[in-house]
Order: sequence, then structure tokens, then C-alpha cells
Amino acid sequence: MVRLEKRPQPSRAFSWAAPVLAVVATMIFGGLLFAALGKDPVASIETIFWEPLFGDFAFYYRPQLLIKGAPLVLIAIGLSLGFKAGIWNIGAEGQYIMGAIFGAAAGLAFYPEQSVFIFPLMVVAGAFGGWLWAMIPAVLRVKFGTNEILVSLMLVYVAEQFLASVSLGLLKNPEGFGFPGSRNLQQYASAHNGELIAGSGMHWGVVAALIAVIFAYVLLTRHRLGFAIRVTGQAPKAARFSGVNPTRLVLFCMGVSGLLAGLAGLFEVAGPAGQITIDFNVGYGFTAIIVAFLGRLHPVGILLAGGLLALTYIGGDIAQSQLGLPAAAIQVFQGMLLFFLLAFDLFTQFRLRFGQAEVI
Amino acid sequence: MTDTPLLALSGLTKAYPGVVANDGVSLRIAPGEVHALLGENGAGKSTLVKMIYGLVKPDSGKMEMNGSAYTPQEPRDARAAGVGMVFQHFSLFDALSVAENIALGMEHAPKLRRLSHQIREVSEAYGLPLSPDRIVGDLSAGERQRVEIIRCLLQDPKLLIMDEPTSVLTPQEVEILFKTLRKLSAEGTAILYISHKLEEIRNLCDSATILRLGRVVGHCTPAHTTAREMAEMMVGSTLKTPTRAGKTPGKVVLDIQRLSAKSPSAFGMPLREITVQVRAGEVLGIGGVAGNGQDELLAALSGEAPCAAGMIVFDGQDVGPLGPTARRRLGILTAPEERLGHAAVPDMTLVENAMLTGAAREKLERRGMLDWQAAKRFAENIVAKFDVRTPGAANVARSLSGGNLQKFVIGREVLQRPRVLVVNQPTWGVDASAAAAIRQALLDLAENGAAVIVVSQDLDELMEISDLFAALNEGRLSVPRPAQGLTVEEIGLMMGGAHGMEVAHV
Repeated sequence: MVRLEKRPQPSRAFSWAAPVLAVVATMIFGGLLFAALGKDPVASIETIFWEPLFGDFAFYYRPQLLIKGAPLVLIAIGLSLGFKAGIWNIGAEGQYIMGAIFGAAAGLAFYPEQSVFIFPLMVVAGAFGGWLWAMIPAVLRVKFGTNEILVSLMLVYVAEQFLASVSLGLLKNPEGFGFPGSRNLQQYASAHNGELIAGSGMHWGVVAALIAVIFAYVLLTRHRLGFAIRVTGQAPKAARFSGVNPTRLVLFCMGVSGLLAGLAGLFEVAGPAGQITIDFNVGYGFTAIIVAFLGRLHPVGILLAGGLLALTYIGGDIAQSQLGLPAAAIQVFQGMLLFFLLAFDLFTQFRLRFGQAEVI
Repeated sequence: MTDTPLLALSGLTKAYPGVVANDGVSLRIAPGEVHALLGENGAGKSTLVKMIYGLVKPDSGKMEMNGSAYTPQEPRDARAAGVGMVFQHFSLFDALSVAENIALGMEHAPKLRRLSHQIREVSEAYGLPLSPDRIVGDLSAGERQRVEIIRCLLQDPKLLIMDEPTSVLTPQEVEILFKTLRKLSAEGTAILYISHKLEEIRNLCDSATILRLGRVVGHCTPAHTTAREMAEMMVGSTLKTPTRAGKTPGKVVLDIQRLSAKSPSAFGMPLREITVQVRAGEVLGIGGVAGNGQDELLAALSGEAPCAAGMIVFDGQDVGPLGPTARRRLGILTAPEERLGHAAVPDMTLVENAMLTGAAREKLERRGMLDWQAAKRFAENIVAKFDVRTPGAANVARSLSGGNLQKFVIGREVLQRPRVLVVNQPTWGVDASAAAAIRQALLDLAENGAAVIVVSQDLDELMEISDLFAALNEGRLSVPRPAQGLTVEEIGLMMGGAHGMEVAHV
């Protein structure tokens, strides 16, 4: 009989090995899946993992990696703080939308004035929009004990309706021939979040994501607040005993995650997307939840996970167009990655024992 | 003994990964004998009775019942063979009546009306009055235990196993229980009685088997052996009694005035106008049956549940509304009962757990930034001064044994030079030598001028270290009295007497 036995100490080696093993297992079983679909497994895996980085068209795909990865990392970092403390903000998608709307609106209010202060103002407005949207579930939770999972999730749909409304009304481009959507911020120099180095994909959002990673790392390892977050997640009673104020912690974690999601929205709308449209959001806020867990809620892990997930998105697109793999197969492939990570993660706390079962 | 014993165990061995829980244990129990099983936590008492009750299968050795082989595969077999067991932790449903609870545990439960009749008969026969229609949620701990006992008695057991039955009872309730057990024994039911309360065993039991680290280390006749001799057999070494110098208490440090608090949950206990003063250098012992407001009192004192202004005054300063960190800064430190998950974070290292309460007073943080080097020094200091057995401060709290973690938790607070220290169950589940060390540390602390409040359910412990004694009952604190010279009867009455339980009419 095989059984699981709790390790006396969590294994440090396994917490590092688990993501690597998960990627390897995903490659093997993903390969089998692709083979079952009648595609060459080796070529498929190579297309997904190799092509975007080192293939013939890598000069095009590499910047895409940063563009897709940055919002994922930025949002996931914020979410991870709350998740570590058992505060579940599932509505980053809504906060992302509100950040974009607030930020774009702040910029468009000055159109066509040109000033170096416009973009910083948009950044502040975007952060504020995301923060504000996250404060709704946070305040409802601390005042009335509502469930922040439900409230934050439902607010995503409210935000989507709001997005549709402003695309068709308040922020609609007066010179847009009646099409829904705002002016294109890429054509408004003072508001454009352009590439910092031409052809690199590096924009202010990437810089913000890297800063967020460092900020989160220092917070969690060196600061009292980060310690309070970790203790609260592992033993809420011990946290209270040590003097953590649960109300303040909820407001802080929800606030930071909303703020970062709002920033991600702003950088996206002012940069790669360019304008507010009905279908502006593409699910970064939800995918970031996967990124946060794939990175085991560790800032550096999230950085790597964001890169990995961006890679499978871009590689998956290439595989779809070049090899004709169905989109669903790519999604299964990404699902496998998360599944294997969680499965291997079990062995950080437990180990396998072979022998007779025990009745205790 | 030439008679066939009721139960004979020989060479029972049971190993778990990393530990041999029972190593060649042999034991004989005659019909009608009250046999004590003595030993410290981790000595293997629980494993042994679990094997007798069919919950655990032995690796080797054999058991005989009335001369024939006895190999219970599961508790049902054990019950069929006439073995009943009353667990330390009750398995009752609060929302159901007594009769319904008992019916749930039976193989072929009769109709409720007939069962109620049987329950009445048995309960009267053994002096355990209990109405079958009452809802279990309304019963006191002693009455709940009666439900469990009657559940066993209905099966007409030949051997009744009782695991630490008196830990939830007041002295008066213990007396009632003992009368019942003596009557059962007189009728020929053997009783295997597990406890570490030595005076009780001397009072009740005919013979005793002492376990240490899974082995039988001795037998004795409790009536002819002193409690100290038995304790030393259990521990395997001579015990140091805590020492204290005579002293005069200083001025009042902690003044608790009509402290009231609402119950934090449906099954909690509200605090009702608790008034008590503790002086510098004084140890106040607070006794009482578990669930009478101990946890709530601790939360009020630690600041986890801040209370209204004026209810707690420390050194002339109102600290009622202050939270845990602010109180710690002033020097009011606490150590809650639950070690893992409350006093310490299970999966965090000792260094991180040292940071948990030491940050403010030990200057482990500066403007919010944590100084892990200082925390490591503090943790290592605790480990060294309090003899915490661990490979190092980088180990997680969960990996320590209960006693060692308790030494760490107490040491962490004592080393922060508290002016007031409040501890709940400081030696619960801790081996005797560690318990002695902890008590000595608390006495030394008082010696150096701190006010110490010890909340405990171990009356012997409280009598040993307290200057003042008070008892919690239904969220009220009795008027504190000097501990010296208090009789067991007086203590029992302070704890609420028999909690309205009728005395046995045997």
C-alpha cells in the first residue's frame, strides 16, 4: 500500500523542485495529448516553448512576452498578498477595468493639451480607480461581514457594464464615426504609454511590475506588515494574539491588490490596447489568479510564473496557427500545468510511504 | 494469582514511524478489579487501551479474555466481548437528547420509549440520575460524562475503560463518580482507570501498572504507595519540588474591576463582573472546570478582546481598550492554552515565532522593518535558557514535542521581563520534569517582582504555586482567598460544587 505521511518539516528542496517537475510532467502529458490529436508531440512542445523565445520570429514574439506578462505579474503580486492572508480578491478583472477607465478618463479630460504631467496624473487616477473598486468588497466585509469572494466577483460584471456604457457614451470618440470606443491614446503623445526602448516591448507597466515584485519581496520578508500577512494566513488566532488588526489587514490587502490591478489596466489602455472599448478586458484579472498560485504566492515565483504563462499563451497562439492545434487543447495544456503544480506541491508537506496501512 | 484473569495481555508491542508506543507490555486484570494505568503523556497509555478497544492492532503479542484468545478487529468486536470505553473527549451531539445520543451509538437500538426506560433504570441503579429527555447541549460536563458512562453500562460490560475521567469534574463531582465506580466494581465489573492524578488513584484503585516510554516499569498497590513514589516511577528520576522564598507582596499592579464581556460565540461563556487585584510578587491561581470562561478571560487580559475603559487598570493606567501590542509594550504578557495555532504558528520557525510576541519589547523591529538577526538571537536565548530540545531555532514549531514547545512559549514571555504574566494551562500535556521547570520559572518571575496569574485545571499545580486562589464558574470569579490552608471541599465549592448534579443514592 502507498500512503501519504506528513513531513515533520516542510521540504525546502521540494518547494523549489515542484514547479520544475510540474513543467516537465506537463510537457510529457501535453505531448501525449497532442499525439492523441494526431500532431507531432515534440514539434508541438517545441513550438509552444521554443518558438516564441528563440524561433525565427522571436524578434516579434519576445516583446509580446513582456506585454502579456507585465499585467499578469502586476495583478498577481497584489492578489498574492491577500491570498497569503486568506483574503480572497477574485475581482481583479473589475479593478483592472476601472483602473483603465479612470486613467483614460483623466488623460482624455485634457485632450488635446500636451504636458509632461498628464501621464503621471493618469497613473494616479488609474491606481485610484482600481483601489476604489476593491474598497467596496473590503469595506462591506469589515463592516457587515460579507463574503469578499462573491462581492468582488460580482463587481467584475458591474465594471464590464460600466465599461460598455462609457465606451458608448461618456468616453466615446467624438471623431470616431459613431463606432464605440474612446480616442486612441497611442495618438495622444502626452498620454501614451509607449515603448521605453524601441522594439523591446518594455513599457512603464513592465517597470511597475518589476518594482512591485521587489516591493512585495521586501514587504513579505522584512516588514512587519508582510509578517502579519503570513501569520494571518497560517494561524489567524496567533495573528490576533500577536497584535494584528484584522480589519486593517483586510483593507490593506484589498487596497493594494486593487491598486496594482488598476495600474495594470491603465498601462494597458494607454499602451498596447490604446483605447477604451467594449471588449477592452481580455481576462488578465482572472488569469492572474492562476499566476499567483503557480508562483506559489512568492514574488519571484510569480515573476517566473507570469513569464511562463505568457509564454504558453503566445506559444499556444503560434501552435494554433502553424500546427492547427485546437484552442481547447492549448487551454487543457495550461490547465495541466496548474494541476501538476498543485499535485507536486503536496510533496512539500507530505511524503510517500510504502507499507501497511495504519489505523489511528 | 491462580484465578483466570478477566483480561491478560502479554508482550504487546506497537510501533509507529519513529517511535515504539508499546514495547512488550503485559498486564492482568481480575474481575471486579479497579486497575490504574499510570504514566506521563506519551508513555503509551492511549495506544494500549486503543488496542484493547480494537481501535489499533498490535504488531505482536497476544491478548486473552477469560482464558481464550481475544483479537478485536474493531471497537464493535470489543463491545461484543464486553469491553466498554469512556473517552476523555465526549462524542455527543449537542442538539440531540440524551436518549437519542445513546441510541445513535448502539448496534440495534430499541424504540426510544423503551430505551428511555432502560436509561432511567440503569441510571438509578448506579446512582447516576439523568433524564433521558434532556438536550445534551444543556448538560454540564459531569452530566455529559454520565451519558457516556450509561451508554457503556447499557451494554453490560465486564471491563470498563475510563480515560482521564476526572479532568472535567469538580472535586464533588469526582466523589459521585467514584461511588458509582466502586459499586460497579463490587458487582464484578473490572475497571481500567487511566489517570495521572495520583491521589485519586490512591483513593480508588486496587492495583496499578506504571508505563514509561512504552514499557511497563512497575506495579504497585496504590493504597500502600505514596504519591511521590508513584510520580518518581512515572518519571524515572527524583522530582524537584518548586521552591520559593518567603516574600511580602508589593503594591497592586493589575486591578481588574467588574470586568464583563459578551460571549464571543454561541458556545462561549460571557464574563460576568470579574473583580480581582494582583500585587507585585504575587501568584494568583485561577481554577475551574474547562469552559467556564478561561479562554475569554485570557483574551480580555491579552487584549485580543479589548474591554471597556476602566475594567482593567495596570499600574494606575487604564488599559481596557488597548490591543495586544500596546499592552505588551507596557509589560502585560500572556501565554494562551492552545500552543499550536494560537500561542505559536505551527509551520513557522522558532525564530519567526519569537518575533510573534517579542517584536515590541525585545526591539526586534525598527520603524516597521524586522530585525531577523536579533530575533534569531532571542529565539536561541529562549532555547538555551529554557532547555528547549530542538536541533535549532530554524526548526518549525510543529516539529517540537508538546512539552518543548510549551517551554518555548512560556520562556518567550518570561524572558521579556513581564510586569504582569498571564498563563493558561502552563503545564497541560507536559511531562513532569518540564512541568516542574515551568512552575519554577513562574515562581522565580514572581520572586523578581512580577504579578503572575496562572489559569489551570490542575488543582495540585495551583496549590503548589499560588499565593491566592480563585475559581471561575459560569464566567464569574469567586472571591480570591489565600491558597494556603484551603481544603479540597472549599475549593470544590468555589468551583461551583456539583453543578446541580444530584448526589448518588447508592
